[in-house]
Amino acid sequence: MNNRRPYVRSMDGWWKRDPYFIRYMAREVTAVFVAAYAVLLLVGLVRLGQGKEAYEAWLQALTSPLSMVFHLVVLAVFCYHTWSWFNIMPKTMPIIFVGGKRLQPGTITGTGLAASVIACLAVLFIVRGMS
Amino acid sequence: MKRSNEPIFWSLFGAGGMLAALIGPALVFITGIAVPFGLIFKPDTMSYAHMLAFSQSWAGKIFLLAVIALFLWHAAHRIHILLHDFGVHAVTAVRILCYGGAFAGTVIAAYTLLALGS
Amino acid sequence: MAEAEKIIEIEVLRYRPEQEKEPVLQTYKVPFTDDMSVLQGLQYIKDYLDGTLSFRWSCRMAICGSCGMMVDGKPKLSCKTFLREYYPGRLRVEALSHLPIERDLIIDAGDFVKKLESIKPYIIPKEARTLEQGEHLQTPQQRDMYEQFSSCINCMLCYAACPQYGLNPKFTGPGVLALLHRYNADSRDGGSAARNELGYADEGFWGCTAVGYCSEVCPKGVDPANAINQNKMNSAINYFTRFVTPGGAGK
Repeated sequence: MNNRRPYVRSMDGWWKRDPYFIRYMAREVTAVFVAAYAVLLLVGLVRLGQGKEAYEAWLQALTSPLSMVFHLVVLAVFCYHTWSWFNIMPKTMPIIFVGGKRLQPGTITGTGLAASVIACLAVLFIVRGMS
Repeated sequence: MKRSNEPIFWSLFGAGGMLAALIGPALVFITGIAVPFGLIFKPDTMSYAHMLAFSQSWAGKIFLLAVIALFLWHAAHRIHILLHDFGVHAVTAVRILCYGGAFAGTVIAAYTLLALGS
Repeated sequence: MAEAEKIIEIEVLRYRPEQEKEPVLQTYKVPFTDDMSVLQGLQYIKDYLDGTLSFRWSCRMAICGSCGMMVDGKPKLSCKTFLREYYPGRLRVEALSHLPIERDLIIDAGDFVKKLESIKPYIIPKEARTLEQGEHLQTPQQRDMYEQFSSCINCMLCYAACPQYGLNPKFTGPGVLALLHRYNADSRDGGSAARNELGYADEGFWGCTAVGYCSEVCPKGVDPANAINQNKMNSAINYFTRFVTPGGAGK
C-alpha cells in the first residue's frame, strides 16, 4: 500500500489532442463573434441615440472594406453556429415518441435547420417590405 | 449539495443561442453586407429616419433589445466556459467580466431605447 | 499457416511508481494475426516479452468493462479493438486519460466507485409495496425511456473522453450521471428528488458543457451526453418554479 504513487497527467493543451475536441472549441469560439456583432449593433444603437450625424458616421463605417471582410467572417461563423446549434440540440431533448416510434436526432436537427432557413427568409422579406 | 445557479445563465444562453441560430445569419447579411453595399435592399433601408422610427416603435424596441441583450448573454455564458476550458482559473473574475459585460450591454441598450422615446 | 508472420509495434506507456518518477514509453514487437485484439497483443507481451506489464482485463468480450485504455489517443476497450486496424506501423497504448495512473495501464477507479455509490443506484419505490401487490407493470414505451441508459458497463471510457472531468475531478461525470438519469427515468422509481440534490448541483448536470465525446466513445450506446443534457431543462424549470409549485423544491 505504501508503494502507491498515483500519477496525475497534465490537462495542458487537451483540446489539441483530438479532432473532436477541436470541433468543440470551434463551436464554443463562435461566441466571440456573436459578442462582437452584438457590440457592433449596440454601438450603432448608442450612435442612433446621439443623433443624425453620429449615427450616419456609424453607418458610413459599415461601408469600409474592413467592415465587409469582418461581416463576411461573422456571417460564416453565424452559419456555423446555426449548424452546430441544431446538431447538438437532439442531445438536449428527452426521448420522445411520435406515432409509436422514437423521434430521431436527424429529424430534430433537420427541422431546426429548416426553421432557420425559413426564419432568415422571413426576416429578409419583412425588411424588404418595410423599406 | 448546493443547488446550482447555472439555470439563470443557461436559460439566457439558450434563448440567445436559439435566436442567433434562427435569424442571426439574416441579420448579419442585412446589416453588414446587403444594405451597406446596396444589394437587394433600397440604400436608405437603415437610414437615420428609418432606424429612429423603428427604435421608437414598441416592436422595434423589443426586437432590438432582444437581439442585443440575448446575443450578449449567450456569448457571455459560452465565453465564460471557454476561458475555463482554456485553463483560466480565476473563476470569480471571469464571471464578473463575462456576465458583468452582458449586464452592462443590456442596461445601455435598454436605457438608449427608452431615451429615444416614442 | 502459409502466410509470413506479421509483426506490429505496440508502444506502451509504462509506469512503475517504485522505479520511475514519471511514465515512460516502451516499445514491443508483437507478432499477430488479423483476429487478434489489442488485449491479446498485451497478453502476448506479458506472456512472452515482459512479464512486468500490468493491465486489467476479464471477459474479453466487451461486457465486463475492465479493459478500458487509450489506443492511439482514443478511449477504447482493448478486447474490442483489433491490431489489424493499426497495421502497418505502430499503435500507442496508455492508461485511460483524466484518471490517475496506479501502474502501467491501470488507473485509480476509486473516485468513480465513490460517485457511483453516491447517486442511489437502485429503485426507490414511490410507496411501500407488498408481495401480494405483485410486480411493477411497465409498458414497452415506459421501458424505452430508461433502457439504453441501463446498458452501462462501468468501463469509464466516457471519463477518459470527458474534458470537464479532466479539468475538474469534482464533476460527477458522464457514466454516473447517466445512471442517475436511468433511475429517475424508470417509471417504477420515486427517488428523483433525492438524486437531484446531486443532479441539480454544479457537480451534477451543470458540470457538463455538451462536448459530447462521451457518447461517441461509449461501447454500449448509452449516450450519457443525452442523459445529462436533457436534465438541464428539468433543472432549470425546477429552479424557476420551486417557490411556486407544491413540494416544488424536490422533483
